Amino acid sequence: MKNSMLIAFMTAAAAFAATPANAQTEIQWWHAMTGANNDVVVRLANDFNASQQDYKVVPVFKGSYADTMNAGIAAYRSGNAPHILQVFEVGTATMMAAKGAVKPVQDVMKDAGETFDPKIYLPAITGYYSTTKGEMLSFPFNSSSMVMWVNRDLLKKAGLNADQPPKTWPEVFEAAAKLKTVSPTCGFSTAWTTWANIEQLSAWHNVPLGTRSNGMDGFDTELKINGPLQVRHLAKLAELQKDKTFDYSGRTNASEGRFTSGECGLFLTSSAFYGNVKANAKFDYAAAPMPYYPDVQGAPQNSIIGGASLWVLGGKTPAEYKGVAKFFTFLSDTDRQAKLHQDSGYLPITKAAYEKTKASGFYKDKPALEVPLLELTNKEPTENSKGLRFGNMVQMRDVWSEEIEAALAGKKTAKEALDAAVERGNQMLRQFEKTAAR
Amino acid sequence: MEKRAIFDNKLLPYALLLPQILITLVFFYWPASQAVWQSFLIEDAFGTSSEFVWLDNYRDLLSKPDYYASMLTTAWFSAVVTFLAMAIALLLASMANKQISGRNAYRTLLVWPYAVAPALAGVLWLFMLQPSLGVLSKLLRANGVDWNPLLNSNHALIMVVLAATWKQISYNFLFFLAGLQAIPRSVIEAAAIDGARPMRRFWTIIFPLLSPTTFYLLVVNIVYVFFETFGIIDAMTSGGPARTTTTLVYKVYQDGKLGGDLGGSAAQSVILMAIVIGLTAIQFRFVERRVNY
Repeated sequence: MKNSMLIAFMTAAAAFAATPANAQTEIQWWHAMTGANNDVVVRLANDFNASQQDYKVVPVFKGSYADTMNAGIAAYRSGNAPHILQVFEVGTATMMAAKGAVKPVQDVMKDAGETFDPKIYLPAITGYYSTTKGEMLSFPFNSSSMVMWVNRDLLKKAGLNADQPPKTWPEVFEAAAKLKTVSPTCGFSTAWTTWANIEQLSAWHNVPLGTRSNGMDGFDTELKINGPLQVRHLAKLAELQKDKTFDYSGRTNASEGRFTSGECGLFLTSSAFYGNVKANAKFDYAAAPMPYYPDVQGAPQNSIIGGASLWVLGGKTPAEYKGVAKFFTFLSDTDRQAKLHQDSGYLPITKAAYEKTKASGFYKDKPALEVPLLELTNKEPTENSKGLRFGNMVQMRDVWSEEIEAALAGKKTAKEALDAAVERGNQMLRQFEKTAAR
Repeated sequence: MEKRAIFDNKLLPYALLLPQILITLVFFYWPASQAVWQSFLIEDAFGTSSEFVWLDNYRDLLSKPDYYASMLTTAWFSAVVTFLAMAIALLLASMANKQISGRNAYRTLLVWPYAVAPALAGVLWLFMLQPSLGVLSKLLRANGVDWNPLLNSNHALIMVVLAATWKQISYNFLFFLAGLQAIPRSVIEAAAIDGARPMRRFWTIIFPLLSPTTFYLLVVNIVYVFFETFGIIDAMTSGGPARTTTTLVYKVYQDGKLGGDLGGSAAQSVILMAIVIGLTAIQFRFVERRVNY
């Protein structure tokens, strides 16, 4: 009796001693989320901080994805790196190459003694951020995929069946020609031109982007984006650009407003565009899977993700890593993932969260949010559709875009443009290999 | 004729110069030497490994046609913007120097754009010229011009030239106006009495007397186009379409910041530094001879 009193007293004293703020281990989390997504980040940190006493996650907004990554790199070089850095998917190869500068998530979890089962995560998502052996390198945070947004009102106005939006590319071209009669400046368009017309196109048709499993098996990869499928697609786009059946919308998502304003009736962009569409589209809309060429064998395969993941940087103390691990366990919680997915429109990263959302009937009201998940899980990912890992990917996309622009402007044929993209891209890959492989 | 102050203390002039020298050392020589050092290295982005490679970065750079294309773009871009910004500013300054009602208001309004940051100037013009949302582009399209700076490189160049010129006119205007006001009225009046018409008075008297200002502005404008238009290009075209608006300084940023190729990027800034120093030297050596002070 006396003993248990003593223990209770001591526990209370220990709890009391741990309360002051300075006893908490601070975890810096640098991110690039703006607007509603910034609120999500702040709320997650607050919830985590309220759920326990030992660690305090401090989210810091650092600007665009590229700015955040560069801020993290610069901070690492000067010895003030954050613990958690949000990096966009195309920065994956750069982060991976920095051995010692990053600590794989799998190791963080194992060293901290957290229960960690990579199998609970959706392979289509974690595969992008894992080694070929399946070791998880970074923790997926906000993931999305590409879908085709459909303006149902405009389709009806053009005399098309809005309940059956075009499924294949030939159907899209046909529908776009009709849409052009009601909106002469744009039949259909895509944001993120390389993500849509090269990366997703290739994965969706099970066609390689590069050797060595799209670079996931090693930095000695070479590009293959000048294959018949990619050339055929670009040639068609260039042909349709002439009369604006297809109209180019730039390299990023800056022109997504062309869908919400009602200009483009069919528009391929990220599924994370959902929040924007919901808030701004004054018409009946829907999301449909990406179109495919029916004569390509095996199409459609599965789509790949975009978005960002959380990297743990090196050189921190075990206590700090333990806090990071606890935070990741907190993020993986089924209820939390399900809610995060339903609130933000980003994809859930665990299978359980997806199942739970499905069971709750959520997708009946909001079918648009399930489309990217159906695409991602359409088939078991192959080495062409698991993802991609090319060094210098940020600039690589610029190079590809430049060549696509040259083809669309009629300065080069599709084949010439993609050949040049491969040649210039390979130079960049060799440059990256030189800096990374040592 | 000139009064010369004689300092007995030999150290005093150095002490007086010291702050300036320190600032130059910290903000110019030190970073510049860092860039030179970096340009001999190959490093990964995190700096976990670095190797001294002598001139490999330069060799790589000079073997790429991209780099020469950016040089051409820069040369073309700086010539056009410098000429337009100076010519329009001179025209406006001559007008504002006349006896017209409300000229102070004009002067103030003309100076305003100078206070706008380059990136903002880019965004402002983009609002008007963005193909699907811009007011001006709608007008152009309504008149049968297929305005599309996303794909048409001429359109993109026109767009950045407009914004870059607009932004610089104010600065040039201020200096030209001050220059014009410093020209003694008696000289101009004497010419008028001798029967010289306004155009003749301008070209034979005002323009030569303005030449120190014009020369100064030439140097400043070229440096402006080389470096400060970065914000405009980044905001408006990001160097596109198909690299046609990628100037040298924008390429430094693309390769270094977006590409993580610090060595190559440093090599470019060293070359860029050499080009600007060379250009300025040439201007002082040859153009300045024709300047009447």
